[in-house]
Amino acid sequence: MLVSEREQLRANIERQVKEFGNDRSALIPVLQDVQHKYGHVSEYVMQVVADILHIHPVEVYGVASFYSFIGHKQKGRFIIRLCRTISCDMQGKDRVARQLENDLGIQFGETTPDGNFTLEWANCLGMCDQGPALLVNERIYTKVTPETVHDILEECRTLFGVYALQEKETLCELPTPVK
Amino acid sequence: MRTTDTSKMTFSRVSPGEGLKKALKMTPEEIIDLITASGLKGRGGAGFPTDLKWKLAAAVKDDLKYVVCNADEGEPGTFKDRVILTDFADLMFDGMTIGARAIGACKGIIYLRGEYAYLRSFLKGKLAERRNDGLLGKNVLGIAGFDFDVEIRMGAGAYICGEETALIESLEGQRGEPRNRPPFPVNTGFMGHPTIVNNVETFTWVPCIVTKGAKWFFDIGTERSTGLKMFSVSGDCGKHGVFEFPMGITIQELLEKVDGTGAKAVQAGGASGRCIPACSFGRTIAFEDVPTGGSIIVIGPDRDMLKVAENFMEFFLDESCGQCTPCREGNAKLLEGIKLLQQGRCSMKYLRELCKLGETMQLASKCGLGQSSPNAFLSIVTKFKDEIMGRTETAL
Ligand SMILES: Cc1cc2nc3c(=O)[nH]c(=O)nc-3n(C[C@H](O)[C@H](O)[C@H](O)COP(=O)(O)O)c2cc1C
Ligand code: SF4
Ligand code: FES
Repeated sequence: MLVSEREQLRANIERQVKEFGNDRSALIPVLQDVQHKYGHVSEYVMQVVADILHIHPVEVYGVASFYSFIGHKQKGRFIIRLCRTISCDMQGKDRVARQLENDLGIQFGETTPDGNFTLEWANCLGMCDQGPALLVNERIYTKVTPETVHDILEECRTLFGVYALQEKETLCELPTPVK
Repeated sequence: MRTTDTSKMTFSRVSPGEGLKKALKMTPEEIIDLITASGLKGRGGAGFPTDLKWKLAAAVKDDLKYVVCNADEGEPGTFKDRVILTDFADLMFDGMTIGARAIGACKGIIYLRGEYAYLRSFLKGKLAERRNDGLLGKNVLGIAGFDFDVEIRMGAGAYICGEETALIESLEGQRGEPRNRPPFPVNTGFMGHPTIVNNVETFTWVPCIVTKGAKWFFDIGTERSTGLKMFSVSGDCGKHGVFEFPMGITIQELLEKVDGTGAKAVQAGGASGRCIPACSFGRTIAFEDVPTGGSIIVIGPDRDMLKVAENFMEFFLDESCGQCTPCREGNAKLLEGIKLLQQGRCSMKYLRELCKLGETMQLASKCGLGQSSPNAFLSIVTKFKDEIMGRTETAL
């Protein structure tokens, strides 16, 4: 990362911490914000956050590693989380999973080489009456079938980029594809 | 995105704001007495009397108290809180505001699960509207000295943060690891201040009770489980979605309403609940009989009960916070046991040992997750012995 980028990141984080109240309880919202904008929480970010909040970086790591929506590893622009819990299981999530793997050419837990998609399992998404359900970033899809998997991926590739995040401005800060 | 028609529910027939206005004309003691008279118990699963929780928090002297709405809804098979937040957000906020008045709190927090992030901007908008309308902020509804505002905090994909002390840890910027209790949040909650944590549905019933009267609520249900309840129904039945039924309904009656009468079992209360076989469908849904936070998963005649149990144990293994040994190690052992049963290689002696282990976990685990994670395993292996023992490879 370039020095100027680092400085920008630091300034961003400082602004966020202030907004969330400058104390320890700001930690998770700040990490969530970084995760949202940059797709992961790097060691550098953990160090910066620790400095600003006057806590040990290990504490930040301990918290970041606890939550499954906060990640240390760079993930794809689109994180697909398929529900594996009972009701979706009974409604055929296995076949949806297989088709996702086929269409993306990766297994669960992996990211496509172009850095666009990460495939993960999730526990119950609260859509059990309309399973199988999956989340793409913050967007929910229900009653997914092996057949509609392709459409969902296409939607991500074309239109959906704009809606994938809440604020449009954050789009420019999306992680650039990993080489 | 919806399969549920909420237009005939009680929540649709109570107009937002009405209960709040009425409640704010009462004293805090009167509000709590009204809740006592209604018999309302927590809708999040544990069924703790709401009035008692509020009374304890109200009794503590502190300038800063908190009202926390638990919208972490992570129990498998539960989605009623999502529907309530989508369709009845204003009633829910009314309930939080009445709670604040009752205990003397000036700050509210909704802990919304990360999976529901798509609801955040909608709820933010609602809160802004309420500030505009004088329903939040300084001197709510013109009542001098009653200040209350609500902020939204997001969860980050951890089921355990639905447990109230883990939720508070998480709000404080810590790992979501449950605390020892006592002390309880009503004394030392968020940032050490008195805090009431209630489920989304619990708060939403409050303005209904104020509007329609405590007696109306008390007269529905059973003596120890009063009122109406929202159920999230999924699985092998004709009608899926959220339903409103009175407490004390039998499982058979419930199945008739959702076209699921051919079921061989019902999992009530989600993964941490119990599996009720067909022969016990006469039992009632109530805190004193079969308790549930609202999750009803109908299991049809062709389902493999071991696969059901396996799915639940995988869930708990994944979601255990790992803080205490019975839960961390026990869930892994139970899952291993299920694998042995699937291969038809589990002796009755070993199965008995696993059941003993499950009972130990129920007693020795630190929080509700480890205390209830063996429930499904134990109820399935005892009620469906015939189906799970002595499997041959082809049965897989
Ligand atoms: C592992 C675990 C997960 C829980 N998850 C939730 C939840 O998602 N939503 C909820 O309202 N209560 C949940 N609870 C119950 C809460 O600890 C607490 O009892 C509840 O929020 C109190 O509100 P109530 O009295 O209104 O039900 C959970 C408890 C445990 C042990
Ligand atoms: S019972 Fe499980 S979830 Fe609860 S504190 Fe112990 S390890 Fe954590
Ligand atoms: S089981 Fe998949 S959304 Fe609940």
